[in-house]
Amino acid sequence: MKYFDEYRDPKQAKEFIREIHKITTKPWAMMEICGGQTHSIIRSGIDELLPDKITLVHGPGCPVCVTPLELIDKAISIASRVEVIFCSFGDMLRVPGSKKDLLTVKAEGGDVRIVYSPLDSVKIAKENPDKKVVFFGVGFETTAPANAMAVFQAHEQKIDNFSMLVSHVLVPPAMEVILSSPDNRVQGFLAAGHVCTVMGYTEYEPLAKKYQVPIVVTGFEPLDILQGIYMCVKQLEEGRFEVENMYKRSVRREGNIPAKNLIQKVFEITHRKWRGVGEIPQSGLSLREEFVGHDANLIFGLSDYSAQEPEECIAGLILQGIKKPNECSEFGKKCTPEHPLGATMVSTEGACAAYFRYRSFEGK
Amino acid sequence: MTNKNFTTTCPLPIEDYPNVMLAHGGGGKLMKNLIEKMFIPAFSNDILETQHDSSVVEISGTKIAFTTDSFVVNPLFFPGGDIGSLAVNGTVNDLAMSGAKPLFLSAGFILEEGFPMIELWRIVSSMKAAAEKANVQFITGDTKVVDNGKGDGIFINTAGIGLVETPLEIVPKSVQSGDAILVNGDIGRHGIAIMAQREGLEFESEIESDCAPLNGLVQNLLDENIEIHCLRDLTRGGLASALNEIATSVNRQIEIDESVIPVREDVHGACEILGFDPLYVANEGRMIAFVAPSDAKKALEIMNKHEFGNGSVQIGAVTETRSKLVTMKSTIGATRIVDMLSGEQLPRIC
Repeated sequence: MKYFDEYRDPKQAKEFIREIHKITTKPWAMMEICGGQTHSIIRSGIDELLPDKITLVHGPGCPVCVTPLELIDKAISIASRVEVIFCSFGDMLRVPGSKKDLLTVKAEGGDVRIVYSPLDSVKIAKENPDKKVVFFGVGFETTAPANAMAVFQAHEQKIDNFSMLVSHVLVPPAMEVILSSPDNRVQGFLAAGHVCTVMGYTEYEPLAKKYQVPIVVTGFEPLDILQGIYMCVKQLEEGRFEVENMYKRSVRREGNIPAKNLIQKVFEITHRKWRGVGEIPQSGLSLREEFVGHDANLIFGLSDYSAQEPEECIAGLILQGIKKPNECSEFGKKCTPEHPLGATMVSTEGACAAYFRYRSFEGK
Repeated sequence: MTNKNFTTTCPLPIEDYPNVMLAHGGGGKLMKNLIEKMFIPAFSNDILETQHDSSVVEISGTKIAFTTDSFVVNPLFFPGGDIGSLAVNGTVNDLAMSGAKPLFLSAGFILEEGFPMIELWRIVSSMKAAAEKANVQFITGDTKVVDNGKGDGIFINTAGIGLVETPLEIVPKSVQSGDAILVNGDIGRHGIAIMAQREGLEFESEIESDCAPLNGLVQNLLDENIEIHCLRDLTRGGLASALNEIATSVNRQIEIDESVIPVREDVHGACEILGFDPLYVANEGRMIAFVAPSDAKKALEIMNKHEFGNGSVQIGAVTETRSKLVTMKSTIGATRIVDMLSGEQLPRIC
C-alpha cells in the first residue's frame, strides 16, 4: 500500500532489528517523546524485538494527558452553560475531570461537539451568532498553527462569539525538566516528527549539547521508529550527541516558517502547568493581548480553579519516564479505560491506554 | 422463567453512569455491560442467553430464527446505501448469521414532524429494492410521528423471521479449537463512508459503504455442506469486537494475522488521518465465519465466487488456549492483544 506498507515492511523491519542488535554493546535508555510513537511501538511490538539492553521510556507527548485537571474542570463548567456550544477534538471528551468528563456533560444535555479542525468551530460560531462558541485549544506545537489560525480568522472577521480555552504546551521545556531531574534515566531522545514538522529542530541543538544527549527527529510508522532507534543507539555507542533528522520526508531544520510566524503572531510563551508534572516555566502558549477578546478563560471569568488529582495515580511519573504503566499498583484494577484515574489511561496517545489495549494479558 | 440474579434494584450502579451515554450503544464494553447486567437478567431465558445475532426457536418441529434491529444512522443517505437499505440488510444478515433463510420482515417507522416526504419516499424505495435483492417480504409494519425536535428525522426498526433448514447449530458455543476464521472481504468501509459523509471529509475517490445482504453467501456455503460452526456479522465495533465476543463466549484464544486482514488503501488512509483503527470501524456487509479447518479452502472458494464474498480470506484461527483473548501477530512479527473498546472511537488531536 502506497505510503503505508513501505513503512511497515516486515523484511526491512527485521533488517533494522538485526542491525540494532549488532551495534548494541551497552545498556541504553531512550525516550520517545510523542504518545503517537508510544502507541506505534506497543501496537507493533517493537520493544519486544529490541535487545534487552535497550529500554524505551515513554515520554510526555500526549496533549490530552498533560492538560491540567483544573482546565478540564473549567472546560466542563463552560460546556455545561446553556448559552455555549463547546467544540473539542474527540479524545478530550473522555478525559476525567474532578467529577465528570465532557461526554457526561453531553449526556446531561450540554451542547458538546466533536470537530476535526478548530476552523470548523469558527464556522459554527458564524452560523450561531446567538451562542457562545468555545474551542478547547489543547496540544503541542503540532496543533498550534491551526488553533492560531482559528483565533486569527475569528478576530479578522469580527466573530466575537468565538473564543478558545487555550492550554498549549511546548516540548523543549519538558525535555529540559526530564533531563535536569535527579531521577532522570533518559540517555537519548526520539523527538516527535509532527512537532518538528512545524517547529524544525534548531531548538533541540542547545539541549543536545548542554545535556550531551543524542536527539533523533523520528516519524511514527514502525520502520521510522526502528530507524530512529538505530540512529540513536549508534550515536550513544559512538559517544556522539547530535540532533539528527530521520524524518526528512516531513521535517526541515528550520521547520514551517509561515506556521511558526502565525503561532508567534497569535500566541506568546507563558508558564504552564502540566497535569501530573506541575508548573514548567516558559512551557506553554497563551493568547497575546491583541486577541484576549477570544480568550475563554477571561470571558467566562474562571481564574481560580484548583483540583486534586487522585492520590493513587502515577501519571506524572509515567509522563516523565520515571515509571512504566504496568508498574502502577492500580493499573487494570481500579484504573481502566472505563474508569480512568488519570488521563494517560484514556487518550489514544496515553501510555497507560497503550499498555491496557495491547498488553493487558493478565487484565482480562 | 424466574431468575435468581434478577432484583428490583438497578443492577448497574447508578454512581457509575446515572445517565445513558452514547457509548452504551456503541457496541463496546459499556454496551456489553448494559446488556449483561440489565437486559439479560431482566428478561432471562435460555434462548436469550445464547446471545447470538438472532435467536433460533423450534415451533411444532420447525426451526425459526427471529431478530430485531433499530436504525438511527446520521446521515440518512451515504455513498453505497441509506438508512433504508441498512434496515433491510442489517436484519437479513442477523438472520443469516444463524444459518437461517430470511423470509419476512416488519418495519416500524418513527418519523419526526416536518420530515420531507420526498426523502421518506427515497428511503421506502430503497427498502423495497433491498428487500427484493435479499428475497424477503415486508408483511407488517407500524408508523408513529413525534413532535418536531423530538426525533432525528427518521428512525426505523425492522424485525425478521427466517427458516432454519440446516441441521448445523450455528452459534458461538459450537466454535472449536482449530476452527479457521474467514472474512468475506475488506473491512471498515461502511464506518468510514458514514464518517466522511457526516463530517464532510473528502478523499480522492469516494468510499462506498459495504452494505449488502449476506443470506445468499451463507446459503451457498450451507448448500455445499461446509461445516460452519459460527457466523457473526461485523457491525458496530467492527472485526475486533466480533472476535472478542466469540472468544469470550467460547473461552478460547483467537489468533489473527495483521498482514492478511484486508483493508482498502483509501480506508486505511482515512483511518490514519482520523486516528482510527480499522479493526474497530463499522461494517454492514461483512461477516466472519468459523469453519472446520478441513473445509476452510473450499469455503473460501465458494465465498470468493459470490458477489459479496469477492476478496474473502482466512485471517486467523481458534487456538487450544483457554483464555478469552484475541491476539494479533503484527506486520513486523510481534504479538499484541486486540481488546474490545469501551465506547466509540473518538477522533484524535494530532
